[in-house]
Amino acid sequence: MNPKTSPEVSGMGHSMKRKEDPRFIRGKGTYVDDVQLPGMLWLDIVRSPHAHAKIVKIDSAKALATPGVLAVITGKDLEKYNLHWMPTLMSDTQMVLPVDKVMYQAQEVAAVLATSRYAAADGAAAVEVEYEPLPVVVDPRKALDPGAPVLRTDKKDKKDNHIWHWEWGDRAATDRAFSEADVTVAQDIYIPRIHVASIETCGCIANFDKVEGKLTVWMTTQAPHAIRTVFALVAGHVGLEEHKIRIISPDIGGGFGGKVPVYPGYVIAVAASVLTGKPVKWIEDRMENLQADSFARDYHITAELAAKKDGTLTALRIKTLADHGYTDAAANPSKFPAGLFHICTGSYDLKAAHVEVDGVYTNKPPGGIAYRCSFRVTEAVHTIERMVDLMAHQLGQDPGQFRLKNFVKPEQFPYKSALGWEYDSGNYAGALMKAMETIDYARLRKEQQEARARGELMGIGISSFTEIVGAGPSKHFDILGLKMFDSCEIRVHPTGKAIARFGTKSQGQGHETTYAQILAEELGIPAKDIQVEEGDTDTAPYGLGTYASRSTPVAGAAAAVAARKVRDKARKIAAHLMEVAEQDLEWEPGKFSVKGAPDKFKTIQDCAFAAYTNHPQGMEAGLEAVSYYDPPNLTYPFGSYICVVDIDPGTGEVKIRRFVAIDDCGNIINPMIVQGQVHGGLTMGLAPALYEEISYDETGNIQGGSFIDYLLPTAVETPKWETGHTVTPSPHHPLGAKGVGESATVGAPAAIANAVVDALWHLGVRHVDIPITPAKVWKLLRDHGVTSE
Amino acid sequence: MRVQLSINGEKHEADVEPRLLLVHLIRDVLRLTGTHIGCDTTHCGACTVLLEGRPVKSCTMFAVQANGKSLMTVEGLEQNGKLHPLQEGFMAEHGLQCGYCTPGMLMAGYAFLGTHPTPSEDEIRVAISGNLCRCTGYVNIVKAVQHAATTLREGAAR
Repeated sequence: MNPKTSPEVSGMGHSMKRKEDPRFIRGKGTYVDDVQLPGMLWLDIVRSPHAHAKIVKIDSAKALATPGVLAVITGKDLEKYNLHWMPTLMSDTQMVLPVDKVMYQAQEVAAVLATSRYAAADGAAAVEVEYEPLPVVVDPRKALDPGAPVLRTDKKDKKDNHIWHWEWGDRAATDRAFSEADVTVAQDIYIPRIHVASIETCGCIANFDKVEGKLTVWMTTQAPHAIRTVFALVAGHVGLEEHKIRIISPDIGGGFGGKVPVYPGYVIAVAASVLTGKPVKWIEDRMENLQADSFARDYHITAELAAKKDGTLTALRIKTLADHGYTDAAANPSKFPAGLFHICTGSYDLKAAHVEVDGVYTNKPPGGIAYRCSFRVTEAVHTIERMVDLMAHQLGQDPGQFRLKNFVKPEQFPYKSALGWEYDSGNYAGALMKAMETIDYARLRKEQQEARARGELMGIGISSFTEIVGAGPSKHFDILGLKMFDSCEIRVHPTGKAIARFGTKSQGQGHETTYAQILAEELGIPAKDIQVEEGDTDTAPYGLGTYASRSTPVAGAAAAVAARKVRDKARKIAAHLMEVAEQDLEWEPGKFSVKGAPDKFKTIQDCAFAAYTNHPQGMEAGLEAVSYYDPPNLTYPFGSYICVVDIDPGTGEVKIRRFVAIDDCGNIINPMIVQGQVHGGLTMGLAPALYEEISYDETGNIQGGSFIDYLLPTAVETPKWETGHTVTPSPHHPLGAKGVGESATVGAPAAIANAVVDALWHLGVRHVDIPITPAKVWKLLRDHGVTSE
Repeated sequence: MRVQLSINGEKHEADVEPRLLLVHLIRDVLRLTGTHIGCDTTHCGACTVLLEGRPVKSCTMFAVQANGKSLMTVEGLEQNGKLHPLQEGFMAEHGLQCGYCTPGMLMAGYAFLGTHPTPSEDEIRVAISGNLCRCTGYVNIVKAVQHAATTLREGAAR
């Protein structure tokens, strides 16, 4: 798309350099841990070494004798205020601090308040806790055994570890399609527990002003307004009312979903500040972050796919066990317990589908969150893309041609999927053909044959994903009843400069730049003249925050709608100034001119000045507007990725030779930023595909609880991503845009896994679960006679 | 214990506990908050600073080990109101998103370019492999370092 505005204005389509960068490259950002307040106290947390144990006794004497330690806070202290448990977004309950027992390793047991960071840590080390270990349940399948220990003994009448059963789709039609199918494939797929591991961990500074009765919390949160309301709902009974709570989300060092939940540390810090009247800082370290903050995924899936013998796909059937840890604390804003998992028919025109999911309690940390995707979309995409590839291989058809045959066709949009979603727009074949052309797919397949003849293991994997982002339409989405709109408030100053505030919160996505560009596009005010602010609930309009790629689809739409309201008023002012009728004016970005007399015009800046100095009689002064945008539908970005791998037959190491990513997020606001989002998303797709996993041994000890064994890709492991795009605008979004921040994380793992299976198919390998570690591949090679010990 | 050190050319003195980590001296005591903390196992590199010109992870050193030495942090890159070519490169090439790893990347890049004026892409990738970034996928960080290398070479040639 060619930009409509000049580089000076920098509306949509310009790769404008980011407005936030000057402070970051000087080390002048303000992250939560950078804030220091006079008289500030420090909080450190005592954590459980056991995955399941009764708390017999907590002895604070030695801790209290430690220099600098002021208090040790336990569950019994919070119980006096009924703050020892808190509700989760999924109508479950979660401990802030335990009174009776702990439910996972690294769970918060007590908190120490002290005058310094080091004194608090000394105090935490000196708290003595006596535990009585209880039987541990780690495997969600065993958790459902009739004799399994019941974990949630706090819930009266709870007799098992089953949380909920949810199913969706037409069971009878799906079963019928399977009984009539010529070919079916079935596969167990485990999508393991992982952690977003943003480089900044979580933390807060709670500052309760006893005189004003006002609580201010600087907090690593992606959703400051929702947090304010949650605090008011949870702690209203102890006097925290919503107008006396201010949440400030300053610069955030990456979120990816991990900064949506309310963690116990935040609540304890708030309680400690309210009780002492002093500022209290809590900053978790990396091990606490990995071991106790919300996990993502942990889905045990069994999928079946049915087709006719000509390769026409007909139906999909999925059963899943969802391991939620000891409580369902999912950051899931939809009304569906498994989030958006039923986008699992993906890019394919399936006539029938049925999905069943059962949530299960285990002795693991609660969650989950989404790891850079709309809730459960990666699980859905990974499943369908693995299954489609399996079917293509089973039928002896080329996976590329097989996809092209089964895609939803451009003329079918808006497309109603078998599981009830209405896809807004797409051209799936367009993206896949562009990817195949870019990578020269035909030549690669030939090369693969030659390599195989030489005994080399080369694989080509495709993933043609459909995402579902921009939560969301109020009919399907809410957080504790709060509808999932988002907001923009614009004020244009007399001199034609402007400030705009939003209910979202950037964590690196570059909102200060892209929102300014949207407003520049709509108003013609140069983006550099527009100050964008987010993250302070005292000043920003109410919004639900940034996650699930919702900022552009929802708040970006609000920006366009609010800007158009401003423009409508400016038009009246321009007509007044030039003494013509409104309908005689023509708009181009930045000015209204008289039809047929283009040199007679008023700029938006002229109109802004007049709004304060010479506005028409009967019109209120000022030039501002606000929009709370409730999207009519979600947006459905998509793309096709092709990955080429070479596998070392001796070590089992998977080496990515090339990776081409063609994305379609509709109309693009800032091409540079979109490409950056795709680069980052791809790397967070690579990570769980090859490296990252959090697992537990049978007594509930975490594996992958520090950066020593939880492996984030470095620049060396990360391939040289090749990116490109097609443009299929969203028909319902005011700018034709869709979200893009997460597409690549959703689409990439399947391309890598499919490439690995493609490399090994001729040996008899049908599937490999992610992360595809050298050890896993080596065992497959050994089992299939390629290598030996 | 009393420590004296120079940071970005300025002399500083502080009374510190022997166990105080260098990164906490820099951030909490001297309030230079551009240097960040991202892990506790020396993996992420967000705390990278230069000690006597060499990159170190300041979360894995005691403040007293820097006694009498000279340090450089991200705040020292800009000189007399002029950005360092690396800072310009990171902006021009979109080499940062959330900005949290950026100071560590800049310092690792600064030390690297001092010894590698004409680096290859693979050399750059190895040089920054002690610094984790979760946002950018490293592509544009590599370009930013190349951008700076070119600017520095052109500056030296003039």
